Amino acid sequence: MHLANYLGYLHRAELNLAEGFRKVADGHAEEADVYHTCNTLAEQCETHAEQLGPFVERYGEEKPEEPENLYHELFDETRSGGLGLLRDMQDLYLMAHACDISWTMVGQAAQGARDRELLETVNACEGQTASQIKWLKTRMKQAAPQALLVAS
Amino acid sequence: MTDRIKEPWGRRTPFGSGEEWPVRVDQFLEQGVSEDEVDRWVQTASILHSNGDALDIAVKDGRIVGVRGRGVDRVNKGRVDPKDLFGWQANNSEERLKKPLVRENGKLVEVSWDEAMGRVVERSKKLLEEKGPLALGFYTTGQLFLEEYYALGVIGKAGLGTPHMDGNTRLCTATAAEALKQTFGTDGQPGSYADVDHADTICLYGHNVAETQTVLWMRMLDRLEGPNPPKLVVVDPRPTPPALRADVHLPVNNGTNLALMNGLLYEIIANDWVDHEYVAAHTMGFEELTSTVEEYPPEKVAEICGVEAEKIREAARMIGESERLLSTVLQGFYQSHQATAASCQVNNIHLVRGMIGKPGCGILQMNGQPTAQNTRECGANGDLPAFRNWNNVEHVEELAELWNVERMKIPHWAPPTHAMQIWRYAEQGSINLLWISATNPAISLPELHRIRSILGQEDLFVVVQDIFLTETAQYADVVLPAATWGEKTGTFTNADRTVHLSEKAVEPPGEAKSDLDIFLHYARRMDFRDKEGEQLIKWNDPESAFEAWKECSRGRPCDYTGLSYDKLRGGSGVQWPCNDEHPDGTGRLYADGNFNTETDYCETYGRDLLTGAESTETEHRALAPAGRAFLLAVAYTPPHEETQEEYPFRYTTGRTIYHFHTRTKTARAPQLQKAAPEAWVELSPADAGRLGVGEGDLVRVESPRGRLEAKARISGIKEGMVFAPFHYGYFDSGGPDRRPRAANELTITEWDPASKQPLYKVGAVRVTRVFDSGGTPAAAPTTTASAPASDGPVPATVGGEDAEVVETVEKEV
Repeated sequence: MHLANYLGYLHRAELNLAEGFRKVADGHAEEADVYHTCNTLAEQCETHAEQLGPFVERYGEEKPEEPENLYHELFDETRSGGLGLLRDMQDLYLMAHACDISWTMVGQAAQGARDRELLETVNACEGQTASQIKWLKTRMKQAAPQALLVAS
Repeated sequence: MTDRIKEPWGRRTPFGSGEEWPVRVDQFLEQGVSEDEVDRWVQTASILHSNGDALDIAVKDGRIVGVRGRGVDRVNKGRVDPKDLFGWQANNSEERLKKPLVRENGKLVEVSWDEAMGRVVERSKKLLEEKGPLALGFYTTGQLFLEEYYALGVIGKAGLGTPHMDGNTRLCTATAAEALKQTFGTDGQPGSYADVDHADTICLYGHNVAETQTVLWMRMLDRLEGPNPPKLVVVDPRPTPPALRADVHLPVNNGTNLALMNGLLYEIIANDWVDHEYVAAHTMGFEELTSTVEEYPPEKVAEICGVEAEKIREAARMIGESERLLSTVLQGFYQSHQATAASCQVNNIHLVRGMIGKPGCGILQMNGQPTAQNTRECGANGDLPAFRNWNNVEHVEELAELWNVERMKIPHWAPPTHAMQIWRYAEQGSINLLWISATNPAISLPELHRIRSILGQEDLFVVVQDIFLTETAQYADVVLPAATWGEKTGTFTNADRTVHLSEKAVEPPGEAKSDLDIFLHYARRMDFRDKEGEQLIKWNDPESAFEAWKECSRGRPCDYTGLSYDKLRGGSGVQWPCNDEHPDGTGRLYADGNFNTETDYCETYGRDLLTGAESTETEHRALAPAGRAFLLAVAYTPPHEETQEEYPFRYTTGRTIYHFHTRTKTARAPQLQKAAPEAWVELSPADAGRLGVGEGDLVRVESPRGRLEAKARISGIKEGMVFAPFHYGYFDSGGPDRRPRAANELTITEWDPASKQPLYKVGAVRVTRVFDSGGTPAAAPTTTASAPASDGPVPATVGGEDAEVVETVEKEV
């Protein structure tokens, strides 16, 4: 049984994403909407991680290294300026996708295991992860022309 | 004669449910001019608030000498707001801008139009060449005419090709538009003012109608004083005139509107005051709505909002047992956090009760400014013209065909840039030309020290088009003197979709030009061409611009094709849509429960109210809304800036009845200026007691962003809150360095994620006493929400002889 591996992956990935959101919030605090939305979404990720708690107890938790590697590969420090914002949000976008596909895998396992409780948690959280991805994409699309064409 | 400063709403003309609202014609002429000396009366409507009251301008010897209400008009039946009765005097002010100005060696100096416009054109062309259209931005208003917004929209979108155009309407009405789009598929007011005549219950959500739309309040007052009056529910933290008349007043803590709305929906659903048939046939999302509001029982909401649970139940019962429910919403909701979500909950109440589109069953998501509706319609407000969807290629193609330009020319890769983002780009130096028309951001935007600093940036070329040398114009590189209401012709539309014609009555002062002429002058000098090499803009005066706009609006919700200047001349204003199918206009939208949510027709594919994330066409199509409305609901979250030890008070800003915007006009009308001559700050008696502040003492109010100093008015405001009026700037005082008094020195740079409307009503501040008044009270009006909490030495606000207005009730005519 390897569900513990995915639960561990997801748990860590959500916590890292939360940290990423907070770093971007602080690094781009002058973008008022980015600041506030990132902080809101960081809280959301932390709640996701918390909600995994009972299942980690039920199924165990392995600690694969990939989420750490991904986080450090993408994100040690935030960048500055319009282009920097775009690149930092792109990192969040990749990290959010790692969460998204993990929710899908955990959801599949939950169905196989007939674990209704886990499935309900997956259903509640994966929709929020999808909205996070949607927000990142919306905000990046809006910012891209200005950042790539005219920003100094 | 009535002193309309002392009695702003004038004499009552009570009427019963379903009856015609009696006509009462208000008239004010300047001292020494009698009615038979007036040379002519020229038709127009109000430009000092959003109600759209129809009036005629009195002209004598080529000057405006007074106004009179139009008894024939559906909106006001002759009544005139005090600001309109006296505000026209600003037109005649000696301080009007009469010649263009340009900055030379740091000073503004008079030049010819040719020279001033030459500089704007030269800078525009240089930027286009060096950086492209994304370096140019436009920040306009809710106070021009329809034809002018449309011209500006075409210049921005098809001439220059910049997405950076928005209005100060972002500050006043963006949430109204967004809530309507998200619930019903497109913008467009469902209700009608005539719903006041039929309603059995009226709910005012964050809407101090008595001060914002005085004539609408007169209509409500006349119902309240007639037979079978409606019940009144008011949500407002201040003791506004409607709150004092309410059956239930809910003085919620600012920043908690959504919790209250979720609580009201909880009660409505728990008591099954639900029209299940309507919900099943005409809405989507009832289950999600139910599961969201399940978390908000009255006791919990009472704690969050700081009101009694029993009052929440009572309000819900009035709403739930009503048969003809009218709801209105304004800045208390729009300028708070979770603005769109809270406003959508008002729409939801009507949907679950099946009360839309029938007499008395109306939603009025109000506007702040007189022509904000047109900024929204014409694409000058961060939307595409005629409520088209920027994300729908077919909609963009329609515009490309209409304007005869390539589709690629029209920016549509993202929504048009919202105001706060335009200012951010300017701050970052990627927008280098900002053209500001008919608004005063140096006083009206949040966090003013930041705005002053942006306006002062070396790399930003600022063009200001206005009628006075405002605080903003002081920062301009070029100042363009504009004609105003009464000096130019055009149309505009009020908050209940009523279109009025406003005709030129007198010549503008000096060399001032109409805003339309200014925009067309720029377009000619820039030599904008269509794809065949013809002039892009093929019209040249207001009426031909209106005809062009009619074509743009054809088939869209705001269809103007059945209107013309001739049709609007002489009689009442007409509510759009007005077309072949509805030649006399349309009183109420959605009478058949069929909403504008068809994927190919809608203005938005929807968005997440928590973050503003956009949905795609594919996602929208998969939902197959097919004319059903969306019941959107999200959980309440506390405001980001909460009170804390250092900043223990909740701060809110707002208006007073006697002033408009930043007083550029109303300070120049003696009766209005005298009624509210200087800034003040409202404190509750309990808080004032703790702080040792007496009536009239000078207090300092500070937030993490700035401070202001003003005299304290000890009023009936909710304990723990501080209110400051936003009207007061520096053109007639010493400037921010001497004594800061603008309310927006303190406000936060933050906005609703969906509507992008800034949060003027949620912030944390501290208050300290600076010095004693020596017995002189604050000069805040006593007639309205700023009235003193207890009878004391505060003299009543009166206008005296100079403010006497003739009110003629129909039967006496």
